[in-house]
Amino acid sequence: MHYTFNWSLIFSGNYGQWFLDGLVITLQLSGLSIFFALLLGTLLTIMRLSDFKPLVWFSVGYIEFFRNTPLVVQIFFWYFGSDPILPDFFKQWLYQQNIEFATGVIALSTYTAAFIAEELRSGILSIPKTQLEASRATGLTFLQAMSYVILPQAFRIVIPPLISQFLNLIKNSSLAMTIGVMELTYMARQVEAHTFHGFEAFTVATLMYLSLSLLVSLGITQYNKKCLRVGYQ
Amino acid sequence: MDTFTTWFFGLFTNWPVVWKNFDYLLIGAYPQGPLGGLAMSIVMAVIGIFGAFWIGLAVGLMRLSRKKWLSWPALVYIEIIRGTPLLMVIFWFYFFAPILLGQAVPETHSAIAAFTVFTSAYVAEIVRAGVLAIPKGQTEAARSSGLSHTQTMMYIILPQALRNMIPSFVNQFVSLTKDTSLAMIINVNELTLSARHIYTRTMKAPMEIFLTIAVLYFIICWVLTAFSRKLERNMSRYQARNNAH
Repeated sequence: MHYTFNWSLIFSGNYGQWFLDGLVITLQLSGLSIFFALLLGTLLTIMRLSDFKPLVWFSVGYIEFFRNTPLVVQIFFWYFGSDPILPDFFKQWLYQQNIEFATGVIALSTYTAAFIAEELRSGILSIPKTQLEASRATGLTFLQAMSYVILPQAFRIVIPPLISQFLNLIKNSSLAMTIGVMELTYMARQVEAHTFHGFEAFTVATLMYLSLSLLVSLGITQYNKKCLRVGYQ
Repeated sequence: MDTFTTWFFGLFTNWPVVWKNFDYLLIGAYPQGPLGGLAMSIVMAVIGIFGAFWIGLAVGLMRLSRKKWLSWPALVYIEIIRGTPLLMVIFWFYFFAPILLGQAVPETHSAIAAFTVFTSAYVAEIVRAGVLAIPKGQTEAARSSGLSHTQTMMYIILPQALRNMIPSFVNQFVSLTKDTSLAMIINVNELTLSARHIYTRTMKAPMEIFLTIAVLYFIICWVLTAFSRKLERNMSRYQARNNAH
């Protein structure tokens, strides 16, 4: 098969703009998802570490199930199959939104939350138990001890692994194209379909993902160098 | 009946769609047609991890080398692959394998090649971490007893390091099993695409179908994860350490 490279074609017309639009959607998708994933992940961690057994079981079950099933299947479940189990008011709200984008955010954040919960848990467990005991002994409740003493310390330790979860999230957001969210990979596919120049289209998209990843991992290295102090022993 | 009861019983009415098509989920149209479904996912994952092990071992050892012309290409390879979504890698192989080879390539082959290349970057990091975790005294003792660098690697370091890496390999295999679901994007009939086939054919029971395949993936991945945790616990007892406690 004969293939001629044509790099200028990729940036001619609206194609350059398509890539940028896709990049923006990818960033929006990842940004919103990491926000909700952090909330849900923190909640799951608190449940996981509480003394009330049913909460612990729920949290463990959630984490194991979401970590051990593929994200694509979860996206399809939320997009095609979640209709019977979602409450009516939520469905009505959802149908007024951009449904693909909203489903993408739901799937990505519920998936990432399970991973974040595991990172947070190991962060919290690395805080010596005496910290919790001391704060309980000074009269704080479990929730107060968690939110004022343990979590602030744990969050600082888990920031590097959390950033790499964010990195995974950016890469995972490419799967949202399977339900038609117009993010970067989807746009690359569109440009390929319009120009028949897949090599160039996918190179541009790959470079965009790579520069995002490099930026983020640069962030981790800087953080490790400057901010990470030795933990409490 | 009130709304709740209708809704509740509605959750159970569509399951026959799943049971009637369950064999299609497991093996696709085989033996009348091509292999598909869960069997296809497992086949791809097993071939992928086998290829990725050897490439990853080579790349990981190159990365550890003191020679810049060996370690730099390995570093670049690892960083590029790890910074790119798997979907991109799959598209790369799907669109360029035919151009490079000058002939049509079956989607399954492109997918397996993509999985191998993608996973090998992660395996390389596992290998690197595994080798670095072996105490330096082992290398020094081996070198001072007269073994060459290659001999030290082959007979002293790697046997210990590889054994310690088994849990990580199992975890990587679990990831790959989940990742095989992405092959559906280039029309490989594995478990996820089989499920979509059933849904498009019947236009019924999406929740039941996708829940079923989620459970199928979960069973495989969870059993393997539990196995790797057990291995990790058992093996930590026999590991050579930097400082004896």
